[in-house]
Amino acid sequence: MFEIVTRRELAANIVEMKVKAPKVAASAHPGQFIIVRTDRYGERIPLTICDYDKNDGTVTIVTQSIGISTRKINSFQAGECFDDFAGPLGNPSDLTEMSADDLQKLRILFVAGGVGTAPVYPQVKWLRERGVVADVIIGAKTKDLFTYVAEMQSVANVYLCTDDGSEGFHGNVTALMTDLMANQGKRYDRCVIIGPMIMMKYAVLTAKEYNLPATVSLNSLMVDGTGMCGACRVTVGGETKFTCVDGPEFDGHKVDFNEAMRRQTMYKDNPKTNPETHKCNCHG
Amino acid sequence: MANRIPRVPMREQDPIERAGNFREVSHGYSPEEAYLEATRCLNCNNPRCVAACPVHIKIPEFIYQLTEHNEEGAYAIISQDNSLPSVCGRVCPQEKQCEGACILGIKGTPVACGSLERYVGDWAIAHQNELPKPEITRNGKKVALIGAGPASLACATDLAKFGYEVKVFEALHQLGGVLVYGIPEFRLPKESVVKKEVEWVKGLGVEFENDVIVGRTFTIDDLLDREGFDAVFIGSGAGLPKFMGIEGENLNGVFSANEYLTRANLMHAYDCEYDTPIYLGRKVVVVGGGNVAMDAVRTAKRLGAEAVIVYRRSENELPARAEEVHHAKQEGIIFKMLTNPVKILGNDEGKVVGIECVEMELGEPDASGRKRPVEKEGSEFIIDCDVVIMALGTSPNPLIKQTTSGLETNRHGCIVADENGCTSRPGVFAGGDIVTGAATVILAMGAGRKAAKAIHEYLSNGSESQT
Repeated sequence: MFEIVTRRELAANIVEMKVKAPKVAASAHPGQFIIVRTDRYGERIPLTICDYDKNDGTVTIVTQSIGISTRKINSFQAGECFDDFAGPLGNPSDLTEMSADDLQKLRILFVAGGVGTAPVYPQVKWLRERGVVADVIIGAKTKDLFTYVAEMQSVANVYLCTDDGSEGFHGNVTALMTDLMANQGKRYDRCVIIGPMIMMKYAVLTAKEYNLPATVSLNSLMVDGTGMCGACRVTVGGETKFTCVDGPEFDGHKVDFNEAMRRQTMYKDNPKTNPETHKCNCHG
Repeated sequence: MANRIPRVPMREQDPIERAGNFREVSHGYSPEEAYLEATRCLNCNNPRCVAACPVHIKIPEFIYQLTEHNEEGAYAIISQDNSLPSVCGRVCPQEKQCEGACILGIKGTPVACGSLERYVGDWAIAHQNELPKPEITRNGKKVALIGAGPASLACATDLAKFGYEVKVFEALHQLGGVLVYGIPEFRLPKESVVKKEVEWVKGLGVEFENDVIVGRTFTIDDLLDREGFDAVFIGSGAGLPKFMGIEGENLNGVFSANEYLTRANLMHAYDCEYDTPIYLGRKVVVVGGGNVAMDAVRTAKRLGAEAVIVYRRSENELPARAEEVHHAKQEGIIFKMLTNPVKILGNDEGKVVGIECVEMELGEPDASGRKRPVEKEGSEFIIDCDVVIMALGTSPNPLIKQTTSGLETNRHGCIVADENGCTSRPGVFAGGDIVTGAATVILAMGAGRKAAKAIHEYLSNGSESQT
């Protein structure tokens, strides 16, 4: 059992939880994910690690209520326990394997969208701890949907943008990427893009215009998360890869995003994944 | 003198009825039926069944105990060689092992060794609390086992009896490995059999911890250097599902059998009380001919689909257990033999609408000794379907190899271990599918037991006995 130590609503339907999982915290690295299962009936849901504290043995996750299972996760309160919290899974970010010298020379741009903002945080924080201050774009539809802005500002140069212009740059993340590089004279050696699949697709296209290497973190559907099922397969550079064991980070320029987005809709019409139709009749 | 009656049939759920539910197919012998079947055994002087059993269970001896109505005695004999009789009685390919070698099978039907083993195993589960527990003297040494499947369960049982403090680490949220995620409920009940077998192992003092991914949560080096374990056994199982590499395999509606079965078995996706969904098809094509293919196709049938097996060789070469093929046919599974997929067809939404196949014929024997299937030119045809499931085997998960120093693997990625489970790294042992590639429960179990013996020798003498 894994206790939820703290819980706070970051925005409508977006909840941050600090979960007591000392073994996961002790071995976690930026870029990795965990699998959470709420209770005996729950799905195994992969979530990117948003922060970890090796001292107090906690791991932070941020979940947006979308379907049955994410709603169920977010319905849990502080003091309650998840049945399972397995990890860390997947490969750490490539950045963690670079030497401090190489990192110092690296001009790096992070592009975060929606609920993808929190998973960017551990990477940026990790860089900050090594003396590297990255630029971070955070995009949201409107200012009420921003998350992790203060946390991010404490460790990076943050550029905000909203689709409706309610805060920061008026436009989406790709427009702001272009603005930074075309108008503000910013130069980068690589970018890391984390957010909804559609956002990653277009941000990668923008990066391509500037010959900018782009790393993306995929949130494919998974079951076990350990390589056993292949549900998370994705085409990268013409080859089939498993997000759980080969990723979750890939070269964004090589990812077949159209296929990846289509595969995310696999269970869209399934009666179980729709909160309106998931009504149990088989036990009377 | 043995009783010259025909083999006592196992009572089963009606095929039409069972094709609509997930309850176990076979009901098992009653005490009367078990006795009657036991009386058929000739108790041969040179029992061929024992030689053909991968763990050499003393089959005529335990069957003799049944003719004396002594179930406890029968269990004591089986458990000298097999710690999971209820499981093996249900899932072993008996027709290729004990029963295939039975002398009665030459002119008639062999003794139902598997059904009798299952009977004894189930009896032991029902009397778990009354059976004498082995007396265990702890020796103060600690062994870590990786994966809670058949190899580790068998290894843990023996190590606990030798007196070791045993801890099993499991990545998934349930214990049993392939027994819970792979083999369906209708072939191996989870609550009444697998869970009880695991409880028996727990009763010996073996500790289990779920949600630990060795290689990520901690490494084998951590276990030996930091966590104070004196030896490690790797029984982490089969690994990553294989695909064919044909066009259309990433369409929506194409699954590995591992995924399909894990959703159904481990996640109870067929039960609407559970949240995990499973992709429902009108017509499901399963590619492959092994037990996993049979399990997947029969699961699809139970979920309401028209279900088809596509296999590139002929029925004689089907690697699945004979009983599963027989049961599948009874349940109305369509068998398309000598058929090989060439591509999967999708619509403009990227959903499966069919599978293009080619007819095959058998040519000269290949390296495996089986006749090699050869494509018939111009024989392409399409099977309309909305789900395709690939049951083509697995390749080892590279995680442990990548994160353990000094651990030799072969070109397939399997861990190299000798017949006693000793790896290239002192103190690290391995057995089961991670060593052999996908094989059977009984072989994994046998490997777990041999490794337990080797670990005992290593920790008693401080050296590994290389053979």
